[in-house]
Amino acid sequence: MKLIKTIRRALLKVGLLSLIAILSSGLSTLAYANDPIKIGYVSPQTGPLAGFGEADDYVIDSIREQFKDGLKIGDETYQIEIIVKDSQSNPNRAADVASELILKDEVDMILVSSTPETTNPVSDQCEVNEIPCISTVAPWQPWFFARGGNPGEGFEWTYHFFWGLEDVIANYTAIWESVDTNKKVGGLFPNDGDGNAWGDKNLGFPPVLADKGMTLNDPGRYQNMTDDFSAYIGAFKKDNVDIITGVMIPPDFTTFWTQAQQQGLKPKVVSIGKALLFPASVEALGDSGHNISTEIWWSPNHPFKSSLTGISSAELAAGYTESTKKQWTQPIGFVHALFEVAADVLKRSKDPQNASAIIDAVKTTNLDTIVGNINWSKGPMKNVAKTPLVAGQWRKSDGDFKYDLVITENGQAPNIPVAGKTELIE
Amino acid sequence: MSWIDAILQGTLLGGQYALYAAGLSLIFGVMRLVNIAHGDLIILGAYIALVCVEMLGLHPLLSMIIVCPTMFAIGYWMQKLVLNKTLGNDILPPLLVTFGLSIILQNVLMEVFSADSQRLQSGVLDTASLQLTDELTIGWLPLICFVTAVIVIASLQFLFYRTTMGMVFRATSDKAEIVQLMGVKKDRVFALAMGIALAVVGIASVFMAMRTNFDPSVGPGRLLYAFEAVIIGGLGNIWGTLLGGIIIGVSQAIGAQINPGWQQLAGHLAFLLILIFRPNGLFPRTKD
Repeated sequence: MKLIKTIRRALLKVGLLSLIAILSSGLSTLAYANDPIKIGYVSPQTGPLAGFGEADDYVIDSIREQFKDGLKIGDETYQIEIIVKDSQSNPNRAADVASELILKDEVDMILVSSTPETTNPVSDQCEVNEIPCISTVAPWQPWFFARGGNPGEGFEWTYHFFWGLEDVIANYTAIWESVDTNKKVGGLFPNDGDGNAWGDKNLGFPPVLADKGMTLNDPGRYQNMTDDFSAYIGAFKKDNVDIITGVMIPPDFTTFWTQAQQQGLKPKVVSIGKALLFPASVEALGDSGHNISTEIWWSPNHPFKSSLTGISSAELAAGYTESTKKQWTQPIGFVHALFEVAADVLKRSKDPQNASAIIDAVKTTNLDTIVGNINWSKGPMKNVAKTPLVAGQWRKSDGDFKYDLVITENGQAPNIPVAGKTELIE
Repeated sequence: MSWIDAILQGTLLGGQYALYAAGLSLIFGVMRLVNIAHGDLIILGAYIALVCVEMLGLHPLLSMIIVCPTMFAIGYWMQKLVLNKTLGNDILPPLLVTFGLSIILQNVLMEVFSADSQRLQSGVLDTASLQLTDELTIGWLPLICFVTAVIVIASLQFLFYRTTMGMVFRATSDKAEIVQLMGVKKDRVFALAMGIALAVVGIASVFMAMRTNFDPSVGPGRLLYAFEAVIIGGLGNIWGTLLGGIIIGVSQAIGAQINPGWQQLAGHLAFLLILIFRPNGLFPRTKD
């Protein structure tokens, strides 16, 4: 008898609880008219590419602050939920977190940034699962062609904005032509996606240099994480090259540049992609980073402002330095711009929770962002929009940080002001 | 001339590899232990040096005064508390345990120091160079590193063959059961050997960290070269390890002269060739 009573009580309890649960879930749908819009964001925050993701926390916190009262789309207000995932600098991990965002978190769109190793696997996952995806901070060729993009067809669900190889080549050659050299160029191209693209006989540096009357000494493709660059240094010394270029990972450039000085190689111009994007890698060179040149995709001196918050490039960089005590880095502008595009697209879409409606809005984007105008109808390929690229030199500074990045070449984007002339390395 | 340059630079690089390998060679010589965590211990040493340089403002070379004793203590206690319990007739347990240590070290370093790459800066020494002839120039830092490697190897050789401690090491290595009858504590001997090996690793780490950037994930790459140098030189032969390092360095330099893509492959090929023709290495001391 006692047992029956207990069971009856237990059943009653369960019944009551489930009633409460049903009621409360009903109430919560009443309180929030719409489900929140979920945006997934993937970037490398740890591992060898961590420098790219360093500013993410700052940028995303400020975006969350901007969205805290929701985003007004048409007559409705939606809460925006941003889910951040770390690729750990690993392409497989990037694909995993992307599918987690799509299948488990059921995000409405994905934003992804920094290097083809991150953008490509995430974009591929989105393409397969038919989720809108916007990517940036990877030259467009490795993003488009390395994913098997067909120039006629392009992709359905994935869009990209950044500059391309042609812009780097144009900027670097302009720097080299602006100073007095013997026009002999030494190339340091690793055996990876970037190195093979830069050194490619048809699409890379060789044909452009030949056109401009420069000679390229390209000893061959080395493996990343090489301990010794003596063979290159010997070849460049023998050929007496004045200009050195390449696309290197930071530890390799540190090894090369240290050995070059130890072994008496004295180039007049050194323009290196990838390795010198971040102040930390230039500081690792000690005093010998002065006047080394690199590409600049965004800086506090870019004359653009945010469509989302209205702040200028200079204010965005200053805000970062104030809150983290660190020097600005180039990805800050681009991560901010990703969320500018996302907000703009969602506002213009007919239904911000319908993938096709979002993609229709992406296609007609024409937005002035903090990194320049983004418009997918004007790109060199379907799915690709280009942002301006300039170049400049790292100079020792008396200010708060050891080195400053100074724009010295703007032939490709004259609206971005130069702050000095290209100088030779002593 | 470019060939002479290649061989010279390759030899200097070999000094660096020999420094990586000396500790490994010693450990194997005394207790037949293959330490998979060796590369990660080099990185651990580099981070200890980094902390010394940043907190005390020491020159990286001077930081060895703190790094080496610290590494000695780590090695002594690691052997005493963990590795001694795994040594026996089966070679598998110590392999697995050091493999585990390697993973633990990488993740702890990642947690504490983040993935950012670091470097020890040594001011003018970074780029100071020595002009030998019109076309031959070498860096002071690689030269100092090479000379240090020779001194370290010579000292280990002296320790092994000219001191009582060395005699005990060799005796324990030959018949661990018998030396215990003579009043030698086997566990303590092994712990001392590991301590000395890690003190040498400390020297290697400082030179590695001055040469280029490092982060928690680059250790296993160092292990590979160290391992090859030990095998080429012959297991248990300390001078052989120096020669092994030089052979890898010079092969890489010659490979790179032919084509830079061949650089790393050439080192591995040299290793493979020696394995085929002299499976015990060039000058083996031990036969097992």
